[in-house]
Amino acid sequence: MEAINKFSMSVLSRSANEGFARASVASFAAQLDPTLEEISDIKTAVSEAVTNCIVHAYKDSIGKIYINSEIYDNGVLKIKIRDKGCGIENVEKAMEPLFTTVGGERAGLGFAVMQSFMDTVKVRSKTGVGTTVIMSKRISPRYTVNGRE
Amino acid sequence: MSVEIKVKGDVMTAYISGEIDHHTAAGIRESIDNAIELNMPSLLALDFGGVSFMDSSGIGLVMGRYRNVSKHGAKLHISSASPQIYKVMKLAGLERLATLDMLTK
Repeated sequence: MEAINKFSMSVLSRSANEGFARASVASFAAQLDPTLEEISDIKTAVSEAVTNCIVHAYKDSIGKIYINSEIYDNGVLKIKIRDKGCGIENVEKAMEPLFTTVGGERAGLGFAVMQSFMDTVKVRSKTGVGTTVIMSKRISPRYTVNGRE
Repeated sequence: MSVEIKVKGDVMTAYISGEIDHHTAAGIRESIDNAIELNMPSLLALDFGGVSFMDSSGIGLVMGRYRNVSKHGAKLHISSASPQIYKVMKLAGLERLATLDMLTK
């Protein structure tokens, strides 16, 4: 299916960009007239994916995070977040709730949040090449008072 | 992002406001931990009334503060969480560590 609208941007993996990235995707998604809850879900999932790029992919460096989003005419929003960082050795393990490779106060819930708040989450990764997270969520149509969409 | 600390008897309340993510969590953590060390409360209350966004960095923040105060036998209470924040907290099972109050409008 062909996307009816597209948006792409890239940001440096600086933590100050976490808020900017989620707000940008949320603004793009706003044209689907999502509910407050749907917007929150999208912002939270994007925040998790972008934070993973900063904390894991570019752990000891600053690199580019590529964010693409597409809207389809069935109301589906697709978000792709890609890095050219260190890659994930074992994707299945990384997606297990509470699994984390960094110390401090990371809860290990990033992927669990993405999976819970979006309809689909796919992760492709290659060690030394990078990681791509593709998520989608269908925004349910809302009806106006006169019963039309 | 800001944290305002109020102490009443042995109850210390931290009023957090702004957005909680990986970028802001460290500053919030430092403010609360400094105040815990100073006041040694028997109940730490985290008030999320002013928090407009929280991702799983907020879960790490709550779990870390729980570990910090429970070393001294203190309890943790979370209040005024918005539906979005409550959803993230429930996903992490935070109700097992703390008493949880949702924001009532």
